[in-house]
Amino acid sequence: MRQSDPVPAETPDAELIARLRARDETAFLELVNRLHGPLTRLARSIAGDAGAEEIVQDTWAAALTGLDTFEGKSSLKTWLFAIVLNRAKSRRERDQRQVPLSSLGPQDDEEGGVDPSWFTENGHWNHPVERWSDDTPDRVLNDKELRKRLLAALEQLPDRLRTVLVMRDIEGLDSAEVCNVLGVSETNQRVLLHRARTRMRALLEEETQDETRRRP
Amino acid sequence: MITCREVVTITTDYLEGKLSFAERVRFQLHLGMCSHCRAWLSQMKATIQVLGKLPAEEPPPEVRDELLERFRAWKKS
Repeated sequence: MRQSDPVPAETPDAELIARLRARDETAFLELVNRLHGPLTRLARSIAGDAGAEEIVQDTWAAALTGLDTFEGKSSLKTWLFAIVLNRAKSRRERDQRQVPLSSLGPQDDEEGGVDPSWFTENGHWNHPVERWSDDTPDRVLNDKELRKRLLAALEQLPDRLRTVLVMRDIEGLDSAEVCNVLGVSETNQRVLLHRARTRMRALLEEETQDETRRRP
Repeated sequence: MITCREVVTITTDYLEGKLSFAERVRFQLHLGMCSHCRAWLSQMKATIQVLGKLPAEEPPPEVRDELLERFRAWKKS
Protein backbone atom coordinates (compact mmCIF):
# COMPACT_ATOMS: atom_id res chain seq x y z
CA MET A 1 0.00 0.00 0.00
CA ARG A 2 1.44 3.33 -0.96
CA GLN A 3 1.11 6.09 1.54
CA SER A 4 1.53 9.72 0.76
CA ASP A 5 4.38 11.38 2.61
CA PRO A 6 3.92 14.78 4.18
CA VAL A 7 2.70 16.98 1.36
CA PRO A 8 3.95 20.46 0.53
CA ALA A 9 1.79 23.38 1.59
CA GLU A 10 -1.63 23.17 -0.02
CA THR A 11 -2.82 25.75 -2.50
CA PRO A 12 -5.65 27.69 -0.86
CA ASP A 13 -9.10 26.61 -2.06
CA ALA A 14 -10.00 29.97 -3.58
CA GLU A 15 -6.92 29.94 -5.77
CA LEU A 16 -7.44 26.31 -6.73
CA ILE A 17 -11.07 26.95 -7.67
CA ALA A 18 -10.10 29.93 -9.85
CA ARG A 19 -7.49 27.83 -11.65
CA LEU A 20 -9.90 24.94 -12.07
CA ARG A 21 -12.45 27.25 -13.64
CA ALA A 22 -9.72 28.46 -15.97
CA ARG A 23 -9.38 24.78 -16.96
CA ASP A 24 -5.90 24.43 -15.48
CA GLU A 25 -4.89 20.77 -15.51
CA THR A 26 -2.24 21.08 -12.85
CA ALA A 27 -4.85 22.47 -10.48
CA PHE A 28 -7.08 19.49 -11.18
CA LEU A 29 -4.21 17.07 -10.59
CA GLU A 30 -3.45 18.78 -7.32
CA LEU A 31 -7.07 18.36 -6.29
CA VAL A 32 -7.04 14.70 -7.29
CA ASN A 33 -3.81 14.08 -5.42
CA ARG A 34 -5.17 15.83 -2.37
CA LEU A 35 -8.65 14.37 -2.21
CA HIS A 36 -8.95 11.16 -4.16
CA GLY A 37 -7.43 9.14 -1.30
CA PRO A 38 -9.67 10.58 1.44
CA LEU A 39 -12.76 10.37 -0.80
CA THR A 40 -12.03 6.72 -1.55
CA ARG A 41 -11.36 5.93 2.09
CA LEU A 42 -14.63 7.56 3.09
CA ALA A 43 -16.65 5.82 0.35
CA ARG A 44 -15.08 2.44 1.11
CA SER A 45 -15.94 2.75 4.77
CA ILE A 46 -19.61 3.04 3.87
CA ALA A 47 -20.04 1.07 0.69
CA GLY A 48 -17.13 -1.39 0.57
CA ASP A 49 -14.56 -1.71 -2.21
CA ALA A 50 -16.93 -2.36 -5.09
CA GLY A 51 -19.33 0.44 -4.25
CA ALA A 52 -16.59 2.93 -3.45
CA GLU A 53 -15.12 2.96 -6.91
CA GLU A 54 -18.44 3.86 -8.50
CA ILE A 55 -19.23 6.46 -5.86
CA VAL A 56 -15.88 8.20 -6.20
CA GLN A 57 -16.04 8.18 -10.01
CA ASP A 58 -19.53 9.69 -9.83
CA THR A 59 -18.30 12.25 -7.34
CA TRP A 60 -15.54 13.47 -9.64
CA ALA A 61 -18.02 13.66 -12.51
CA ALA A 62 -20.41 15.67 -10.34
CA ALA A 63 -17.54 17.90 -9.23
CA LEU A 64 -16.66 18.80 -12.81
CA THR A 65 -20.30 19.43 -13.66
CA GLY A 66 -20.80 21.60 -10.61
CA LEU A 67 -17.49 23.42 -10.54
CA ASP A 68 -18.58 26.49 -12.45
CA THR A 69 -21.55 27.03 -10.15
CA PHE A 70 -19.86 25.97 -6.88
CA GLU A 71 -20.22 28.96 -4.59
CA GLY A 72 -17.26 28.16 -2.42
CA LYS A 73 -19.24 28.52 0.79
CA SER A 74 -17.67 25.33 2.06
CA SER A 75 -14.20 23.98 1.43
CA LEU A 76 -13.63 21.83 -1.64
CA LYS A 77 -13.10 18.91 0.69
CA THR A 78 -16.42 19.42 2.46
CA TRP A 79 -18.19 19.85 -0.85
CA LEU A 80 -16.79 16.64 -2.34
CA PHE A 81 -17.31 14.73 0.91
CA ALA A 82 -20.96 15.77 0.85
CA ILE A 83 -21.34 14.38 -2.66
CA VAL A 84 -19.75 11.09 -1.57
CA LEU A 85 -22.00 10.90 1.48
CA ASN A 86 -25.11 11.56 -0.58
CA ARG A 87 -24.30 8.89 -3.05
CA ALA A 88 -23.17 6.42 -0.43
CA LYS A 89 -26.39 6.98 1.44
CA SER A 90 -28.58 6.36 -1.61
CA ARG A 91 -26.58 3.29 -2.39
CA ARG A 92 -26.87 1.97 1.12
CA GLU A 93 -30.62 2.55 1.10
CA ARG A 94 -31.17 0.76 -2.17
CA ASP A 95 -28.80 -2.12 -1.41
CA GLN A 96 -30.97 -4.68 0.30
CA ARG A 97 -28.07 -6.99 1.03
CA GLN A 98 -26.59 -4.61 3.55
CA VAL A 99 -27.50 -5.25 7.14
CA PRO A 100 -28.72 -1.89 8.39
CA LEU A 101 -26.44 -0.57 11.08
CA SER A 102 -29.46 0.52 13.06
CA SER A 103 -30.45 -3.09 13.64
CA LEU A 104 -27.24 -3.78 15.49
CA GLY A 105 -27.68 -3.04 19.13
CA PRO A 106 -24.84 -2.32 21.47
CA GLN A 107 -25.23 -5.63 23.26
CA ASP A 108 -23.80 -7.84 20.52
CA ASP A 109 -20.26 -7.26 21.57
CA GLU A 110 -18.25 -6.88 24.75
CA GLU A 111 -19.73 -4.30 27.04
CA GLY A 112 -19.11 -0.83 25.62
CA GLY A 113 -15.62 -1.71 24.45
CA VAL A 114 -14.54 -2.56 27.96
CA ASP A 115 -12.76 -5.76 28.79
CA PRO A 116 -14.18 -6.95 32.13
CA SER A 117 -10.89 -8.68 32.95
CA TRP A 118 -9.21 -5.29 33.37
CA PHE A 119 -11.09 -4.56 36.56
CA THR A 120 -11.52 -5.88 40.05
CA GLU A 121 -14.97 -6.75 41.32
CA ASN A 122 -15.20 -3.23 42.69
CA GLY A 123 -14.63 -1.75 39.27
CA HIS A 124 -11.06 -0.56 39.89
CA TRP A 125 -8.16 -1.24 37.58
CA ASN A 126 -6.46 -4.49 38.48
CA HIS A 127 -3.30 -3.46 36.68
CA PRO A 128 -1.49 -0.16 36.38
CA VAL A 129 -2.29 1.98 33.35
CA GLU A 130 0.70 3.95 32.18
CA ARG A 131 0.77 7.19 30.27
CA TRP A 132 2.31 6.79 26.84
CA SER A 133 5.21 9.02 26.10
CA ASP A 134 4.21 12.31 24.52
CA ASP A 135 5.87 11.45 21.24
CA THR A 136 3.78 8.30 20.75
CA PRO A 137 1.43 9.72 18.08
CA ASP A 138 4.30 11.16 16.04
CA ARG A 139 6.32 8.00 16.42
CA VAL A 140 3.43 5.87 15.19
CA LEU A 141 2.70 8.17 12.27
CA ASN A 142 6.32 8.35 11.17
CA ASP A 143 6.85 4.60 11.35
CA LYS A 144 5.78 3.12 8.04
CA GLU A 145 5.56 -0.44 9.34
CA LEU A 146 3.57 0.55 12.36
CA ARG A 147 1.22 2.59 10.24
CA LYS A 148 0.73 -0.41 8.03
CA ARG A 149 -0.15 -2.59 11.02
CA LEU A 150 -2.56 0.03 12.21
CA LEU A 151 -4.31 0.14 8.83
CA ALA A 152 -4.42 -3.66 8.75
CA ALA A 153 -6.04 -3.63 12.19
CA LEU A 154 -8.52 -1.09 10.96
CA GLU A 155 -9.46 -3.44 8.13
CA GLN A 156 -10.04 -6.19 10.68
CA LEU A 157 -12.61 -4.20 12.62
CA PRO A 158 -16.22 -5.32 12.19
CA ASP A 159 -17.78 -3.28 9.37
CA ARG A 160 -19.98 -1.09 11.52
CA LEU A 161 -17.12 -0.14 13.83
CA ARG A 162 -14.79 0.63 10.96
CA THR A 163 -17.38 2.71 9.15
CA VAL A 164 -18.03 4.93 12.13
CA LEU A 165 -14.36 5.20 13.05
CA VAL A 166 -13.28 6.18 9.55
CA MET A 167 -16.05 8.75 9.20
CA ARG A 168 -15.55 10.30 12.60
CA ASP A 169 -11.92 10.02 13.62
CA ILE A 170 -10.10 9.53 10.35
CA GLU A 171 -12.06 11.80 8.02
CA GLY A 172 -13.26 14.15 10.73
CA LEU A 173 -17.01 14.21 10.00
CA ASP A 174 -19.35 15.18 12.79
CA SER A 175 -21.76 12.81 14.47
CA ALA A 176 -24.85 14.31 12.79
CA GLU A 177 -23.42 13.54 9.35
CA VAL A 178 -22.60 9.99 10.40
CA CYS A 179 -26.04 9.38 11.89
CA ASN A 180 -27.73 10.78 8.81
CA VAL A 181 -25.83 8.62 6.33
CA LEU A 182 -25.91 5.42 8.34
CA GLY A 183 -29.35 5.81 9.83
CA VAL A 184 -28.17 5.15 13.36
CA SER A 185 -29.10 6.99 16.51
CA GLU A 186 -26.64 9.37 18.07
CA THR A 187 -26.26 7.05 21.04
CA ASN A 188 -25.65 4.00 18.91
CA GLN A 189 -23.13 5.90 16.85
CA ARG A 190 -21.24 6.84 20.01
CA VAL A 191 -21.25 3.26 21.29
CA LEU A 192 -19.80 2.04 18.00
CA LEU A 193 -17.24 4.83 17.97
CA HIS A 194 -16.20 4.06 21.53
CA ARG A 195 -15.71 0.38 20.81
CA ALA A 196 -13.73 1.09 17.68
CA ARG A 197 -11.51 3.61 19.47
CA THR A 198 -10.98 1.21 22.34
CA ARG A 199 -9.83 -1.50 19.98
CA MET A 200 -7.44 0.80 18.19
CA ARG A 201 -6.09 1.99 21.55
CA ALA A 202 -5.43 -1.62 22.52
CA LEU A 203 -3.47 -2.11 19.35
CA LEU A 204 -1.40 1.01 19.94
CA GLU A 205 -0.78 -0.12 23.47
CA GLU A 206 0.61 -3.44 22.25
CA GLU A 207 2.83 -1.58 19.85
CA THR A 208 4.07 0.85 22.44
CA GLN A 209 4.81 -2.01 24.85
CA ASP A 210 6.74 -3.85 22.15
CA GLU A 211 8.67 -0.67 21.50
CA THR A 212 9.47 -0.28 25.20
CA ARG A 213 10.72 -3.85 25.31
CA ARG A 214 12.96 -3.23 22.33
CA ARG A 215 14.49 -0.16 23.92
CA PRO A 216 17.78 -0.83 25.77
CA MET B 1 -18.33 8.19 43.11
CA ILE B 2 -17.89 6.47 39.78
CA THR B 3 -15.53 3.55 39.27
CA CYS B 4 -12.61 3.16 36.86
CA ARG B 5 -14.71 0.74 34.90
CA GLU B 6 -17.42 3.35 34.43
CA VAL B 7 -14.85 5.96 33.42
CA VAL B 8 -13.59 3.63 30.73
CA THR B 9 -17.12 2.90 29.54
CA ILE B 10 -18.14 6.54 29.19
CA THR B 11 -14.85 8.01 27.93
CA THR B 12 -16.23 8.73 24.46
CA ASP B 13 -19.41 10.21 25.94
CA TYR B 14 -17.15 12.50 27.97
CA LEU B 15 -14.99 13.46 24.99
CA GLU B 16 -18.09 14.11 22.88
CA GLY B 17 -19.54 16.38 25.55
CA LYS B 18 -22.53 14.10 26.06
CA LEU B 19 -22.39 13.69 29.82
CA SER B 20 -24.78 15.63 32.00
CA PHE B 21 -23.26 18.30 34.20
CA ALA B 22 -23.38 16.01 37.24
CA GLU B 23 -21.84 13.10 35.34
CA ARG B 24 -19.09 15.31 34.03
CA VAL B 25 -18.26 16.54 37.49
CA ARG B 26 -18.12 12.98 38.81
CA PHE B 27 -15.96 11.95 35.87
CA GLN B 28 -13.53 14.80 36.46
CA LEU B 29 -13.43 14.23 40.20
CA HIS B 30 -12.52 10.63 39.58
CA LEU B 31 -9.79 11.68 37.14
CA GLY B 32 -8.42 14.05 39.75
CA MET B 33 -7.86 11.15 42.08
CA CYS B 34 -6.98 8.30 39.75
CA SER B 35 -3.72 8.37 37.80
CA HIS B 36 -4.66 5.18 35.95
CA CYS B 37 -7.80 6.73 34.52
CA ARG B 38 -5.88 9.91 33.65
CA ALA B 39 -3.43 7.71 31.77
CA TRP B 40 -6.32 5.88 30.09
CA LEU B 41 -7.88 9.14 28.94
CA SER B 42 -4.58 10.40 27.57
CA GLN B 43 -4.14 7.10 25.70
CA MET B 44 -7.59 7.47 24.15
CA LYS B 45 -6.80 11.05 23.11
CA ALA B 46 -3.49 9.94 21.61
CA THR B 47 -5.30 7.19 19.69
CA ILE B 48 -7.77 9.71 18.26
CA GLN B 49 -4.89 12.00 17.34
CA VAL B 50 -3.14 9.21 15.43
CA LEU B 51 -6.32 8.24 13.59
CA GLY B 52 -6.93 11.84 12.54
CA LYS B 53 -3.52 12.08 10.94
CA LEU B 54 -3.36 8.79 9.09
CA PRO B 55 -2.48 9.63 5.51
CA ALA B 56 -4.76 8.32 2.76
CA GLU B 57 -3.43 6.29 -0.10
CA GLU B 58 -2.27 8.18 -3.13
CA PRO B 59 -4.40 7.73 -6.24
CA PRO B 60 -2.95 5.02 -8.50
CA PRO B 61 -1.43 6.43 -11.74
CA GLU B 62 -4.11 4.83 -13.91
CA VAL B 63 -6.86 6.49 -11.88
CA ARG B 64 -5.06 9.81 -12.13
CA ASP B 65 -4.76 9.40 -15.90
CA GLU B 66 -8.40 8.47 -16.26
CA LEU B 67 -9.53 11.47 -14.24
CA LEU B 68 -7.27 13.73 -16.24
CA GLU B 69 -8.86 12.42 -19.44
CA ARG B 70 -12.23 13.24 -17.98
CA PHE B 71 -11.04 16.73 -17.09
CA ARG B 72 -9.84 17.26 -20.66
CA ALA B 73 -13.18 16.12 -22.05
CA TRP B 74 -14.95 18.52 -19.66
CA LYS B 75 -12.62 21.31 -20.75
CA LYS B 76 -13.68 20.85 -24.36
CA SER B 77 -17.36 20.65 -23.58
